[in-house]
Amino acid sequence: MSAAGRGSIAILGTALAGLGHAGGATEQEIIARASVQAVARSGLKMQDIDGIITSSLTSPWWVMRMAEYLGIRPRFSDSTMFGGSSFIADLKIAAMAIAAGECDNVLICYGSTPRSVPSSSRINQMRAELDPQPYEHPYKPFNPVSSYALAAARHMHQYGTTRRQLAEVAVAARQWAQLNPEAFSRGPLSVDDVLGAKMISDPLTVRDCCLVTDGAGAFVVTSAKRARDLHRQPAYVLGTGHAHWHRQISCMPDVTVTPAVDSGKAAFAQAGLTPSDIDVVQLYDAFTINPILFLEDLGFCKKGEGGAFIEGGRIGPGGDFPLNTNGGGLSFGHPGMYSIFLVIEAVTQLRREAGERQVAGADVALVHGNGGVLSSQATAILSNHL
Amino acid sequence: MVVDVSEKKAPESTGADSRYFGRLAEGVFEIPVCDSCSRWHFFPRVCCPFCGSEALHWAAPSGRGTVYSTTVVRRPDGGDYTVCLIDLQEGPRMMSRVVDMPPDAVRIGLPVQARIDTMQEGPLLVFVAEGGAA
Repeated sequence: MSAAGRGSIAILGTALAGLGHAGGATEQEIIARASVQAVARSGLKMQDIDGIITSSLTSPWWVMRMAEYLGIRPRFSDSTMFGGSSFIADLKIAAMAIAAGECDNVLICYGSTPRSVPSSSRINQMRAELDPQPYEHPYKPFNPVSSYALAAARHMHQYGTTRRQLAEVAVAARQWAQLNPEAFSRGPLSVDDVLGAKMISDPLTVRDCCLVTDGAGAFVVTSAKRARDLHRQPAYVLGTGHAHWHRQISCMPDVTVTPAVDSGKAAFAQAGLTPSDIDVVQLYDAFTINPILFLEDLGFCKKGEGGAFIEGGRIGPGGDFPLNTNGGGLSFGHPGMYSIFLVIEAVTQLRREAGERQVAGADVALVHGNGGVLSSQATAILSNHL
Repeated sequence: MVVDVSEKKAPESTGADSRYFGRLAEGVFEIPVCDSCSRWHFFPRVCCPFCGSEALHWAAPSGRGTVYSTTVVRRPDGGDYTVCLIDLQEGPRMMSRVVDMPPDAVRIGLPVQARIDTMQEGPLLVFVAEGGAA
């Protein structure tokens, strides 16, 4: 077992900022607000931060810009962009950097403002040009939705998964959001509402798709040893895993099997745990098919049984399998790359700070981030004890 | 010193992208086949994604394939169209579009045949139901 092994690092303070509509504040400003609070809640000063990991959907210079903004002179920094899975993949990078003695206290932060400052068609065009996909773009997939729709359609064909089952994922997310005052969408939502909503790319309606909101999140990690002196309730990182096999949906060998198979295996192996040890689960729900795929690939149920697994309200409040307890990307909020919010919600649950939506006995949490078009998968297992 | 201006000409591209789209513009659908492991691959690369070999040749696949998955992109103007993943008989999968039939009628498992259409943006490989109407 390497020094970066089970429980070598822990999460200290976490913070959110600029949720929903940032009211004219810039991306850097809401990230800075979250970062300042997360550092303060970690019992640290900004000058104690000697490592920083952040990334952006648009700027390749992002870690330098954020360190500049916050006045950090990092001994270690990383800005690898793994799409929405980045900030869970970053836990593995932070653990290695801390174990190697490269740094002590790592700030992981992200935010964006796609709701208050929608991308112009010019920026969308530039993004496509900076990441050319000449074998997909000519067919005009409405991405990312169409790529996930292709996975959903195949899963339905192969395993009999139904649109009602997909809709149940969105309904459960909404029921959790109704218990979370910070969630963006809290109005009533039924299975029929989801099925009857505007079709975007069959079989996914607009209610099968995550929100587009502003928001920023930040948290600090340090060695488990230091964490006990700094924080009343460190959230230990018991295991991490990260895998990617493709970038484009047309290059995914089987669109019903994601690299979460590998990331999950690695995280469980490092943690020395199995799915039955997990009390609360946060899975990146960019689209309603995602949690179904990830529950299968992470080993919570067999391949093809994810649709039946989530049926009957069991993933909603009061159910026996609490999933996406903040309301998820579907109803809490979704500022582009969402996984930082999965980590923050899991830590909130482990600290018994989740208010009305608190899951009883939440001592071990699994967080799973997804990036690209089911491309990059990052898993981490967190606990309030070693 | 006499400079031969012809030397300043850019060399003919040896890239896989330019070869694929160049041949498509000539009306030919060709993709790489590995000389080492004999597998076809798509999208075209300069090395085999299965064995890493740079020894490749190009060949025309049969053009026959099967719809692996399909979605209909819904347009506010009503111009709905399909985006499909097609498994070629030779093995590789590609994104494409099934045309000449209502988008809703395209089903997973449908046997299809490749066709090169000329679009405003250039040549585009599309598919039609094998044997005409589905």
